[in-house]
Amino acid sequence: MTLKHSDAYHDPQIARHLAKRITRTSRKPVRFMEVCGTHTVSIFRSGIRSLLPETISLLSGPGCPVCVTAQKEIDAFIALAREPETIVATFGDLIRVPGSGSSLQREKADGADVRIVYSTFDAVTLARENPNKRVVFLGVGFETTAPTVAAAILAAHQQKLDNFSVVSAHKTVPLALEALSDGEINIGGFLLPGHVSVIIGLDAYRPFFNACRVPCVVAGFEPTDLLQSIAMLVDQVESNRPALENAYPRVVSSAGNPKAVSIMNEVFETADADWRGIGTILASGLAIRDKYADFDAVKVFDIRLKPVPEPKGCACGEILTGMKIPPQCPLYKTVCNPMAPVGPCMVSSEGTCAAYYRYHGDG
Amino acid sequence: MKPDMILLDHGSGGKISHRLTANLLLPAFDNPALAMLDDGATLNVAGGRIAFSTDTYVVDPIFFPGGSIGDLAINGTVNDVAMCGAMPLYLSVGMIIEEGFPMADLERVVAEMGRAARLAGVTVVTGDTKVVPKGAADKIFINTAGIGIIDENVNVSGANAKSGDVVILSGTMADHGMTILTQRQGLVFESDVKSDSAPLNHMVADMLSTGCDIHVLRDPTRGGVGTTLNEIAGKSQAGIRIYEDRLPVRPEVSGICELLGFDPLYVANEGKLMAFVPADQADPVLTMIQQSPYGKDACIIGEVIDGHPGRVFMKTRIGGERIVDMLTGEQLPRIC
Repeated sequence: MTLKHSDAYHDPQIARHLAKRITRTSRKPVRFMEVCGTHTVSIFRSGIRSLLPETISLLSGPGCPVCVTAQKEIDAFIALAREPETIVATFGDLIRVPGSGSSLQREKADGADVRIVYSTFDAVTLARENPNKRVVFLGVGFETTAPTVAAAILAAHQQKLDNFSVVSAHKTVPLALEALSDGEINIGGFLLPGHVSVIIGLDAYRPFFNACRVPCVVAGFEPTDLLQSIAMLVDQVESNRPALENAYPRVVSSAGNPKAVSIMNEVFETADADWRGIGTILASGLAIRDKYADFDAVKVFDIRLKPVPEPKGCACGEILTGMKIPPQCPLYKTVCNPMAPVGPCMVSSEGTCAAYYRYHGDG
Repeated sequence: MKPDMILLDHGSGGKISHRLTANLLLPAFDNPALAMLDDGATLNVAGGRIAFSTDTYVVDPIFFPGGSIGDLAINGTVNDVAMCGAMPLYLSVGMIIEEGFPMADLERVVAEMGRAARLAGVTVVTGDTKVVPKGAADKIFINTAGIGIIDENVNVSGANAKSGDVVILSGTMADHGMTILTQRQGLVFESDVKSDSAPLNHMVADMLSTGCDIHVLRDPTRGGVGTTLNEIAGKSQAGIRIYEDRLPVRPEVSGICELLGFDPLYVANEGKLMAFVPADQADPVLTMIQQSPYGKDACIIGEVIDGHPGRVFMKTRIGGERIVDMLTGEQLPRIC
């Protein structure tokens, strides 16, 4: 395997140059939101904040899939783990997330068959290898993940597997952006998620941009990608010319990946989705179409989501919408820490609270 | 909430493991040698000091590129004793074997233990074998304990880091942990990463032979370099700064880490050490490490700074600064 990262994306001279340009041009105090959790982590890991002028604050958005999964969905996942003869297959980030009374990790320690997989296809393989068990995959993620889950359902369909199903708690990004820009917080610009944009393409943000006219730049994940994108946002802000721009053209096109989108649309249809801390956003989720109902765990297991209150005092919702930063949450570092997380933002490696806790010291 | 129980995180080597040690084990066994929480205990005996350490090996898979549970069980304890500044001499081996474990595999594990012991120059002088019913253990678990002698002029401990020390790392990070991960079921990588499992006692002996004042020696195993640096910063009440552009990671290891969302700073090593040495004595120590077959990529990755007791900072490649915290629980592969 040769996965070499070009050093240019970490080049200190390029970074210094971009940081200087930002400092030179930025006059108005402005808040930018990085929508994607991977951006949040990259910003912290590379220490970008320490290079930016005081005029710019970076807020983390609702782009960590685990963090925006509603408490009642987490509870349903945990209930599935308690079903007899059932294997729950999940990506790693979910297993520590606390539900109302337990977590997948605790259920696993207590004997439930919970498996961490690296791909939805691993869950299909599990189903094939365990014909006497029901294998249910916990489908959490954005447009980045949904096409691969859809492809796995198509594969299971083709293989006539009758013991594989998916809980689809997938969410889509563009409509959430609209909800955010309508909110109380004044966001001066969005760093749009690079991975999601690879799938949906730059054009998918056009309706949102036309409606809101907020500066938008699709950003990559390396430090200089992010600095370049911030510099482009600053230029838009200072010139009062909001635009929808692409700072990640090496992988993001205008049209996106039509094949992935068509597979996603074959299996999923849009549905209203509950975003943790934000509430219901119309048509911002993906449900499995009736045609593939045999693979829809909601129907197979007759899952009924019971509304549950989110943990008292947890400011996840305000943090996910940029209204608060983690140190402003009364639970942050007092009750809530990665060892005893209250909300998912403290659990997922891409959660804002976990990133603050890990990289931000006492700030 | 369900009643408290042991989770895999309790064995991760991060904060949750530390809390278990501090809240349960230290009070129960209350004594100053244990309270030092070094890689092994340093004990005064008639005529000198000895180092005594133990470790248990449960790695899955038991055979992996670059090593096996057998050589790991020898090297791990040899290294823990060596990190006390000692010359390891004698080891014990205890094996818990699952019913049905193939004899050929056991023969291979034991042969590799023998080979590793000879390479390290230690003798296995006592042992124990238990067999448990199928399912009561996973294939084979091995415990080893080791003792060694500490020279009278040597005084190394995780509590000895001092302002003005430089931090030497003996080679690339994360090779062992990422090798094990890529070998686990469900993750098919074609890669040439291999474990760095190696005995470091000869390297340590060479370093000590320089006569330089080595303050700290630690092998960054579970929890990785980031966690070990935090342990040292905490115990020494010192601040540490490291430089991202100096941290050695093989490109293929870095690629796999990137893909899975792992930070190589928190991934296990089994053949690397960190040494804290006054800056003006660093050269001879570094040269000695680089002359060892296991230390070719050794370099200075940072230094102890004034103030900020207990904190570890990183100067990032692009010139920013951030905190390096301790690992909390096991790192988990992320969603996207």
